[in-house]
Amino acid sequence: MKILLPALSPTMETGNLVKWLVKEGDSVVSGDILAEIETDKATMELESPDDGKVEKILVKEGTENIIVNTEIALLKVDGEEIEEIPEKPIEKSPQVSSKESEPLASEVNISMNSLLNQTKENSGEKNWSEKEISMREALNQAIEEEMKLDKDVFLLGEEVAEYDGAYKVTQGLLDKFGSKRVLDTPISEHGFTGLAIGAAMAGLKPICEFMTFNFSMQAIDQIVNSAAKSLYMSGGEINVPIVFRGPNGAAARVGAQHSQCFISWFSHIPGLIVIAPSNARDAKGLLKSSIRNPNPVVFLEHELLYKEKTNVPEENDFLIPIGKGNLIKEGKDVTIIGFSMSVQRILNALPSIEKLGISPDIIDLRSIKPLDEELIYKSVKKTNRVVIVEDGFGTTSFGSHLSYLIQSNCFDFLDSEIIKVSGKDVPMPYAENLEKLALPNTDEIVSAVKKVSYIN
Amino acid sequence: MNKKVNNSFSNDQLLKFYEKMFLIRKFEEKAAQLYGAGKIGGFCHLYIGQEAVVIGILSSINSEDTVITAYRDHGHILARGVDPKSVMSELTGRKDGISKGKGGSMHMFSKANRFYGGHGIVGAQVPIGVGIGFAHKYRNEKKISRVYLGDGAMSNGQVFEAFNLASLWELPILFIIENNKYGMGTSIGRSAAGGELYERATVFGIKGEKVDGMNFFTVSESAIRAREYIEKNSKPYIIEMDTYRFRGHSMSDPGLYRTKDEVNKMKEIDPVLMMKETLLNDYKIQEDTIKDIESDIKKQIKDVEKFSLESPLPDLKELYTEVYL
Repeated sequence: MKILLPALSPTMETGNLVKWLVKEGDSVVSGDILAEIETDKATMELESPDDGKVEKILVKEGTENIIVNTEIALLKVDGEEIEEIPEKPIEKSPQVSSKESEPLASEVNISMNSLLNQTKENSGEKNWSEKEISMREALNQAIEEEMKLDKDVFLLGEEVAEYDGAYKVTQGLLDKFGSKRVLDTPISEHGFTGLAIGAAMAGLKPICEFMTFNFSMQAIDQIVNSAAKSLYMSGGEINVPIVFRGPNGAAARVGAQHSQCFISWFSHIPGLIVIAPSNARDAKGLLKSSIRNPNPVVFLEHELLYKEKTNVPEENDFLIPIGKGNLIKEGKDVTIIGFSMSVQRILNALPSIEKLGISPDIIDLRSIKPLDEELIYKSVKKTNRVVIVEDGFGTTSFGSHLSYLIQSNCFDFLDSEIIKVSGKDVPMPYAENLEKLALPNTDEIVSAVKKVSYIN
Repeated sequence: MNKKVNNSFSNDQLLKFYEKMFLIRKFEEKAAQLYGAGKIGGFCHLYIGQEAVVIGILSSINSEDTVITAYRDHGHILARGVDPKSVMSELTGRKDGISKGKGGSMHMFSKANRFYGGHGIVGAQVPIGVGIGFAHKYRNEKKISRVYLGDGAMSNGQVFEAFNLASLWELPILFIIENNKYGMGTSIGRSAAGGELYERATVFGIKGEKVDGMNFFTVSESAIRAREYIEKNSKPYIIEMDTYRFRGHSMSDPGLYRTKDEVNKMKEIDPVLMMKETLLNDYKIQEDTIKDIESDIKKQIKDVEKFSLESPLPDLKELYTEVYL
């Protein structure tokens, strides 16, 4: 019997073989622990699927980036024929991913890192001491640094402490700050969100994690009616310095109730700040700014971006200002606007767009509310053409509003209709092909660019 | 008449409490008049009939303790010592209102007086109040968060999430249910299954009791007991106040859900009148002393009315201020 590397989370594409707990020749029974596997979220135990003898170990311990479903060992089960053994054990997987999902930009040779380096140079930003880390680590660093700087900052949410975070964003923080400042809550979003808002009204600075923003719907009354409106309703007396954060949007095949983008929902509300970073560097700088901000901030992360790496400054005073977008690629022919995951989708489409001889401005909004209107209008006045890409449902979406703003402020500069590539207006389907169809894809983005450029 | 109970209050202190109750009563009667005259808009929920609750609790309060309540908040913010002029000017929607005319009857706050609102969504103030208690504990402050809620909120889900959190994390909170028997027009019997309302909190391990909320002395006694318990055990406590509102749910309530007889019967135990009789009969306070207090309050309310009608409307540029800090 072949023992394959199992998929142990919805987003796991590869895993690391941390340790074998058996050796060749060992007898095992069903349920015995064979090995420890590190996934994108946690270290898990791999159990023997049957009774038998460990015939051959095919992947050495310490091997990283093993593709899901790779054979890692052979088990001789009584009564079964011995299967053919490959001649040489696999030491490292040849490819990163075998899944049929859209490649991330890093896989189509457009590195977010090089784009960010370019924009840093262009803006004359100071030289930081930097390290290449994932968005997950960047968010963790941001929280840790801010908690060290300000004892009023504390973190609460489901599984943020002893479980180390459902998506490992809060890994290790319980050990560093203790259970007074890193608190596991019951599954009571409405209650603990209200509690966090009350603590903020009384002067603390809570970071309130939603395991996913889908669950924030349980608490949306508190976010909208209590957090967002109190400053205004109190004539400036009560401010609510709080960050609501967690993964937003569609992850990978987790179905309709766990795959939805809430950017349009929250950006509708006066009093809320809404942030949606597309990369590790921005995630760190913006989360730190959000924690220091005296207003309620809805900080929308994306699960599929958690593992994506860029260079990230290590200094405490590295901040990215709220309300500033980023022109991550400068061109001249069309302005393509995205945020969070849709920036990656735009970068995936970029090679095809460039093949058409089109050089786009690509704007990563980063902040949805407040919006960097100046950056957008400057670009549109140069390119005269606009494509907006968003993962959320198209009807009454943030992209629809953006399109309104652009036509209203740049009417005389537009040479074409504005095209919006949005998520389809359907609950997210589970089947892989349907899910892919429901989200904006490369073909749709390229078609939109062609259409605004009058290319058939 | 209230039964005289053992308490450590001096006659002067008791007179101060009576003065506050009388102030709330007269303030609310004036608010009703101004509403009728079209000077106050929107929703306006009067506290008339429930004065013994807020003042009884006040008698146990440390000045640093924090208070939060729902939308029937005029009595609460006055009890906390906020200038009645700024409260009435908020009701009339004027520049000198405590929320600069931008909050209205249900949304008034004063950090200086440790009053955290004034919340319009039934039940929402309860987890928020638990969060304020969390902040007290986090900072090792010797303060109690006092969280008021009505009988209607006792069937709202987030309230139970908040009870669980308060008890689980051992937060210094006094929950006060103002059970005035009706959540808007729906009587408690038609909305709440099971036994006493406070028992819904005791299942989370919160100690509690039910008391006569029409009687300043019984309220005060239980509030002091609760404070001692919370300070000693660092745990929450709940008191259910058996009380009654003499006016409608809001000013636009036609009152079809209860009889005049029922209301009149309850008025026989009017908390303000009973307090006064107790002071006269049991504490032998001179009638003139009380009359002087009452006439001062009546005069004050006239000034409050005048001020709240003369204060200008908010400047139009206020529309866009204080959305963000």
